[in-house]
Amino acid sequence: MKTNSSTLPSTTMTRAKIFPHLIFAVWVAWLTVMPLMADNYYIRLATFVCMYGSLALSWNFIGGYAGYPSFSTAAFMGLGSYAGAILQKAGMPMILAWVCATIFVSLFAALVGAAILRMKGHYFAIGSISMVEVLRLIASLWSDLTGGGDGLNVPIFQGGPDYAARVFFYSMLVVMLLAWLTTLFVDRSKLGFGLRCINQNEDAADMVGVSVNRYKTIAYTLSAVYCGSVGAIYASWVSYIAPTDSFGILLTLKVPVMTMLGGVGTVYGPLIGSALFVLMEETIWAQFLDYHQAILGVVIVLLIFFLPGGLLKLDYKKLFKRKTTSHTQARRA
Amino acid sequence: MSTILEVRDLSKNFGGLHAVKNVSFSLKKGEIVGLIGPNGAGKTTLVNLITGVLKATSGNVIFNGQDVTAQRPFQAARSGLARTFQIVQPFPQMTVLENVTAGALFAAGASHRRQAEQQAMEHLEFVGLAPQALRPATSLTLPSRKRLELAKSLAMNPKVLLLDEVNAGLNTSEIEQALTLMRAIAARGITIMLIEHLMKVVLSLSERILVLHHGELISQGDPQTVITDPRVVEAYLGSKFAARQQGVAPTAGVAHV
Repeated sequence: MKTNSSTLPSTTMTRAKIFPHLIFAVWVAWLTVMPLMADNYYIRLATFVCMYGSLALSWNFIGGYAGYPSFSTAAFMGLGSYAGAILQKAGMPMILAWVCATIFVSLFAALVGAAILRMKGHYFAIGSISMVEVLRLIASLWSDLTGGGDGLNVPIFQGGPDYAARVFFYSMLVVMLLAWLTTLFVDRSKLGFGLRCINQNEDAADMVGVSVNRYKTIAYTLSAVYCGSVGAIYASWVSYIAPTDSFGILLTLKVPVMTMLGGVGTVYGPLIGSALFVLMEETIWAQFLDYHQAILGVVIVLLIFFLPGGLLKLDYKKLFKRKTTSHTQARRA
Repeated sequence: MSTILEVRDLSKNFGGLHAVKNVSFSLKKGEIVGLIGPNGAGKTTLVNLITGVLKATSGNVIFNGQDVTAQRPFQAARSGLARTFQIVQPFPQMTVLENVTAGALFAAGASHRRQAEQQAMEHLEFVGLAPQALRPATSLTLPSRKRLELAKSLAMNPKVLLLDEVNAGLNTSEIEQALTLMRAIAARGITIMLIEHLMKVVLSLSERILVLHHGELISQGDPQTVITDPRVVEAYLGSKFAARQQGVAPTAGVAHV
């Protein structure tokens, strides 16, 4: 075939493809050295950036690649918090508790996923959101294990607040990097390609030989793994968890919105979206505490109308051109 | 020639409706068989049963010596039983090449993406879509989308190809091209079952014809026998068509129709 080599969209690294990785590398490097000079407020903010970055990257597997509107984020994170907290309370070393919580949440997601992924569209969305509620009720009612509505105290991390802030920040950063690596792998693998097929036409995907149920379950499980880690780390960090905070509906809505803000089904969309969201929340909305949720609602509506593909999928060249042409036109007039 | 696909007493009921009723037939390796019948006769249902989209109420599908009645569509695809859809089903946000790559990667078992892309490119050249390889699938015209659908199913490396009305909506010259293409596919040794309303296409390609009516197989055999079968004439072809066939080409056979 004479045209093969020339027309194939080669996977070679072009400059345009390396560029985002470079920016990300700089961002991570900056995050890594930042705790050496910044105070605890900024470290706390950066911890949230990494935390939501991990959550958004996780949601992206099922919501972005597979196109299933999952609202299970809070369920996975809350379950991770409780699993980690209970294990730590029972005397397990912190990091081991995090790992066990992660494994537990992943297994949970794989089992639940196999059942709930039979639903599609709105039905799946409602099924996944109801999981958050069910788990919240279990956490409130099973007082012997979870402390019920009183919540659960996690042993406080030794070594002082400055040291603790840095330990938890770097832990979240590591989770975010792991989630990013997993995304990179999925994005380039057969799995990612199959998930995109499912996203665009599930019946056709089935027909070309994609093992649809298996792929969806893998995506759903992947969307839970790092939520579990984040939850367990979060529990150790704040050292007190309660049902309503851990299984928050708001969190489960925020994470998809962050991903959509950046660009669903891309490697960097979730990271950009979550970082921007956290920073905007901290600098702007925090000034209007009463209207916080109203503003979130407005952001969602604006996103749907004006940015359906997210910031990453905007055609900036076109946007720029349109502006310059309108400038020249204005000048002419 | 040995049998590649055998259907035994296959039935499908939707509630009280018998969409497919005790249908039995077999396809031999390398054969081109036409499946005709009026709208609602159960042709697409039959294809859906064979490829596992629908579960049969009773009966068996034997493919390549194995009972595959209960298999899921993705398993059918991997085993070499490919189909096209009556209504084309591309992956809309992917390029033409990516669409075909999916078939090569998931059904034909290409070991990695790059190899699958190379195979896909060969199939695109074969159906004449290579120049459009990098365009979005949705930018194609209807005839090209039908070709894409063909390339996609060819990329699945099928032993049997079920073509569900690949020619519907095409004009005369486009049909001529499609005919050439289908002959070329058959020349590769792929068994083809052709579901078609255009008798011209059916008669010029098929070695045998099956006729489905109200879910039942009312006639099967070589084209000449089938189109003169009174039950087929009554159910589907109509007496005018039969008279024309008899008058125009009683001796020349069907090859020139």
